Amino acid sequence: MSDATHSAAFRSPTTEAPLARWIAIGVAVAGVSLLVFAPLAAVFAEALAKGWGAAVASLGNRDALSAIKLTLLIAAIAVPLNATFGIAAAWAITKFDFRGKAFLITLIDLPFSVSPVVAGLCIVLMFGTNSLLGGWLVAQGYPIVFALPGIALATMFVTFPFVARELIPVMIEQCRAEEEAALTLGASGWRVFRTVTLPNIRWALLYGVLLCNARAMGEFGAVAVVSGKIRGQTATMPITIEMMYNEYLSVAAFSLAAVLTLLALLTLLLKTGLELRHADQLSASHRH
Amino acid sequence: MHIEIDEIAKSFGATAALHPVSLSIPSGALVALLGPSGSGKTTLLRILGGLEFPTSGRVRFDGQDATGLSVQDRRAGFVFQSYALFRHMTVFENIAYGLRARPRASRPPQAEISRRVTKLLELIQLPEIGPRYPTQLSGGQRQRVALARALAIEPRMLLLDEPFGALDAKVRKELRQGLRDIHDETGLTTIFVTHDQDEAMELADKVVVMSMGRIEQVGRPQDIRTRPATPFVRDFISA
Repeated sequence: MSDATHSAAFRSPTTEAPLARWIAIGVAVAGVSLLVFAPLAAVFAEALAKGWGAAVASLGNRDALSAIKLTLLIAAIAVPLNATFGIAAAWAITKFDFRGKAFLITLIDLPFSVSPVVAGLCIVLMFGTNSLLGGWLVAQGYPIVFALPGIALATMFVTFPFVARELIPVMIEQCRAEEEAALTLGASGWRVFRTVTLPNIRWALLYGVLLCNARAMGEFGAVAVVSGKIRGQTATMPITIEMMYNEYLSVAAFSLAAVLTLLALLTLLLKTGLELRHADQLSASHRH
Repeated sequence: MHIEIDEIAKSFGATAALHPVSLSIPSGALVALLGPSGSGKTTLLRILGGLEFPTSGRVRFDGQDATGLSVQDRRAGFVFQSYALFRHMTVFENIAYGLRARPRASRPPQAEISRRVTKLLELIQLPEIGPRYPTQLSGGQRQRVALARALAIEPRMLLLDEPFGALDAKVRKELRQGLRDIHDETGLTTIFVTHDQDEAMELADKVVVMSMGRIEQVGRPQDIRTRPATPFVRDFISA
């Protein structure tokens, strides 16, 4: 007892009693296992319920392959575009003062608060065959809804905030001084952006891009509305998974779900790898 | 280079940071802009460097109007208050930045850049620190690197914003002499902003005392000490 009071007297003011520490760690571990790890493990278990052969064979299915291809293509379109828009928006918001700035920030956040289904419906209303614009586009041979452009638009709407949201706090925290220094040294605006601004925000940008990518590949609601769920044509991975599941093709559904999960894990792995590789620069830019 | 400030005023929205001020700085002078915070000294320095545009008035370099000259074309070596070194670049790359940023036609070849950076590192008496990152340097070393980076562009003038503000007293004294030496060696017109009267009096040939966006007095340090022109100057230097 006296030993315990002794050690308690010399505890650093920011650490907690061992009991509190273990409870906190326990709750966190239990939460992660129950809510994240167990369901993910279940997906893989279901996928492999009839062995590797069945799982791999179900992925060789024409619909599954087309879904994987479509999802990767959509991500390849939506992510770079949203990264560009996100950088532009964060730049405008943090470096300039202008009218309607608060409104712009609200607009950027809008996709977070609007249900994806509503977003999908908006696109159908704007570009559907019954609308003026949509009718004209279809007549020209460029359908938006129930086709690739619609899926890309819906995905971009839903994933728009990720990059901008990651960048804005980092860019606010950064003072203008480094950029001004580059200007006085004779650098053009573009050069300043490329050699000073971008390197300073690259980790936030990477993180934003990865989140954006994960969401772009996983988006269901908005895409479900605009895609028309045409098998082998407009059905992305999440849509195909749902259709297969509804048809009791559980091995096929869970195998595809496992692939989707692996894609997400791959992006996380990529991020960790990059962080390890550039650890010296990372610490150089964070330590003060 | 001779710098002439002619009736320069600057307001941010409704607040006037500078009332029309005029000042002539002869070529090769070492001038201190001295005043409390909010006196407009940093604004004036930033206008000279092209980082701020005056609301009215003209700036002339060697008799030529430079009011509208872009920050890049001014070739003003600017040392920022917290030095603003590029955190993600080595000291070498920091100093080479201005040379690499030149248009292709006037950009020196790699070997020449390397030679010049080495020479500048010797000038600031830190020949070994090229491969290090700014976070691995002490405050005094950072200040000297910032100075070397500003000198690398072969500037026409040297502008320093509170160059000793972030340093402890001992390093401060050393670096004062360092700046004096570099000024004498390069002969560059040098203007530095400070709120520390000892620093201004000890280092500058000419001190410009500022308050509330106005110039209170311009003179040699001993003249300002012995004959303060306004009650503000008397108060400020006796503090």
